[in-house]
Amino acid sequence: MPNIKTLAAREEKQARFAPGHSLCAGCAEPMVVRTILNAIEDPVVVANATGCLEVATSRYPGSSWNVPWIHSAFENVAATIAGVEAAYNALRRVGKVDRRIRFVAFAGDGGTYDIGLQSLSGALERGHDFLYVCLNNEAYMNTGVQRSSATPACASATTSPVGDAIPGKPQDRKDLTSIVAAHHVPYVAQASVANLIDLANKVERAMSYEGPKFINVHVTCPLGWRTKRDSAVPMAKLALETRYWPLYEVEEGRYKVNYKPKKDVPVEEWLKGQGRFRHLFKNPDLKSKIDDFQAAVDRNWDELLRKERWTQEDAPETP
Amino acid sequence: MRKVMTGHKAVAEAMRQIEPNVVAVYPITPQSEIAEYYAEYVHNGLVSTELVPVESEHSAMSACVGASAAGARVMTATASQGLALMVEILYIAASMRLPIVMALANRALSGPINIHCDHSDAYLARDAGAIQIFAESAQEAYDYTLIAQRLAEHNQVRLPAIVNLDGFTLTHSVQVVEPLDDEPAKKFVGSYKPIYPLLDVDNPSTWGPFAMPDYYFELKRAQVAGIEAVPETFLEVQKEYEKATGRNYRGFFEAYQLEDAERVLVVMGSTAGTAKVAVDELRAAGEKVGLLKVWLYRPFPYAEVAEALSHVKQVAVLDRAISFGAQGALYSDIATAFAHRDRRPALFNYIYGLGGRDTTTEHLTQTLSELKSARPGEELRYIGLRE
Repeated sequence: MPNIKTLAAREEKQARFAPGHSLCAGCAEPMVVRTILNAIEDPVVVANATGCLEVATSRYPGSSWNVPWIHSAFENVAATIAGVEAAYNALRRVGKVDRRIRFVAFAGDGGTYDIGLQSLSGALERGHDFLYVCLNNEAYMNTGVQRSSATPACASATTSPVGDAIPGKPQDRKDLTSIVAAHHVPYVAQASVANLIDLANKVERAMSYEGPKFINVHVTCPLGWRTKRDSAVPMAKLALETRYWPLYEVEEGRYKVNYKPKKDVPVEEWLKGQGRFRHLFKNPDLKSKIDDFQAAVDRNWDELLRKERWTQEDAPETP
Repeated sequence: MRKVMTGHKAVAEAMRQIEPNVVAVYPITPQSEIAEYYAEYVHNGLVSTELVPVESEHSAMSACVGASAAGARVMTATASQGLALMVEILYIAASMRLPIVMALANRALSGPINIHCDHSDAYLARDAGAIQIFAESAQEAYDYTLIAQRLAEHNQVRLPAIVNLDGFTLTHSVQVVEPLDDEPAKKFVGSYKPIYPLLDVDNPSTWGPFAMPDYYFELKRAQVAGIEAVPETFLEVQKEYEKATGRNYRGFFEAYQLEDAERVLVVMGSTAGTAKVAVDELRAAGEKVGLLKVWLYRPFPYAEVAEALSHVKQVAVLDRAISFGAQGALYSDIATAFAHRDRRPALFNYIYGLGGRDTTTEHLTQTLSELKSARPGEELRYIGLRE
């Protein structure tokens, strides 16, 4: 398992993701991207969907990418990396490529949960050998904080504003990680910027499998969540402690919850630090929404624990 | 050796001989049989191609872009709605200078939904930056698939290329085709040399950057150089094809009985075959009529077309799609070709054959006959329409 020293040594040897990009101060994405690229030993080719990471790192004529990198459009990163991987297989077959190369796709929650879902599902089903990373900051941050299907209930976003009639986003978020797991790919996980070693371990474990791998990484967006600029890690950590964003993995169908908080921390603790939920605390009529939010978190957590029990304990012994 | 086969099979055979590294394809009528034939080749081990049976045409073109940027030789095929779904990514493929070659089994765009031929799909992709060639027959579809591969991959060009063949009329009808033997075909196509491939991990390149007002314009201007290199390269590759095969493809269009013609039809695709019969019939009756059949549609050979038509009195330009609120797309090109010339024929724009409506020899002899007394004007005229 990679430790912080190995990761640092790899970055020291060759920074795969260079500084000088224009991601916001306090953005959680660069830490996650560097950790992922450092956690992979083989050469990598990266495909990037349109989004914050893409625009902030590839402004012509500059580039932050010291690895081969391609951006095509918003909704097609999975199909794009699938094409790269298909080319690799074909060129290996005819002896034109002889090295082991790994393939990683980065996309935001908009590019994954919404517009890119079909492309992702197709690539998962076809079984391409690649790692898909969703940098999930829970809204269309690049275009100005519009709601996505990853945006939590009640959150204020520019297309789900807090109005007199409708206070924020009426719908709950989509459980994309489960949708991906339903494709029965070898490795699916949730990770967070709050635990980079866990993330690096997951990347390493993912890359030990042939076939599609998927990691949904929770990344704080201080701009969109309306939190302090130095809050990326503490805010993401609160999401773990409150069980809003469980760290877990589904390895060959078996669920494992990687972090089970010892204390019951109410989700309110995570909500109240963010401007996008401020209305829930200012308006007494909306107090029940916090209870509903907590109920959804509890329900999801219980369901996850049941899946873990069912797949770990009751699963037939593997020969 | 002469064989009897459909247009589908002719295109699939050309693809088998080209043996691209990657084929990413999605089924759609009337293209599907190309995908089916190719899948058979792959599943029977006749080719080393990696087949990516994608979940949509959008992903087909996206996978083609990824594979081509990675350094592979890449092909696909589609029709109508499928092309519409691809168009977003086709623009990107052209901007990345990726020589992706595809057959387009021309089919009317919805709505209403229809599965038969017209050219509304080809016109939709007109400005994407891809080369477009139109075939009159299954033979031409075969020959031009091989030619398009060489043309698209030429170092000065490096652009996607579309070989248009009329849906059903060419794709499904059984015709006599003379494909090349594998060896000369493979020798003509040669091997593909990618530049800055993604799989060259020791020399990482950034593909598809974000270009703002300070660079976007210059990058698009640079793309013009690629499409401007097409005409000369097209003639070169035709010549090499002739040398390799003895087949005579010369020029951007076929001039049929054009030299002394006073009245002329301009068409693209399979209707040229019908037009040749119409011209023959009228010639037999002593009428000076002719035909100009466009092969290279994009880039459009303005000067050469104008030169070829400059002695003609009346020209009927036949568009197999409506450009709503404008003259037909091909008519607009022909009119543009004469914009700076004093000597010009009277031009007439006819819309024909939408959604697979038959266009007969009688229709075309009548069109050529009525040109004699027709008053020039900008109104659209329709062939074979019930008013």
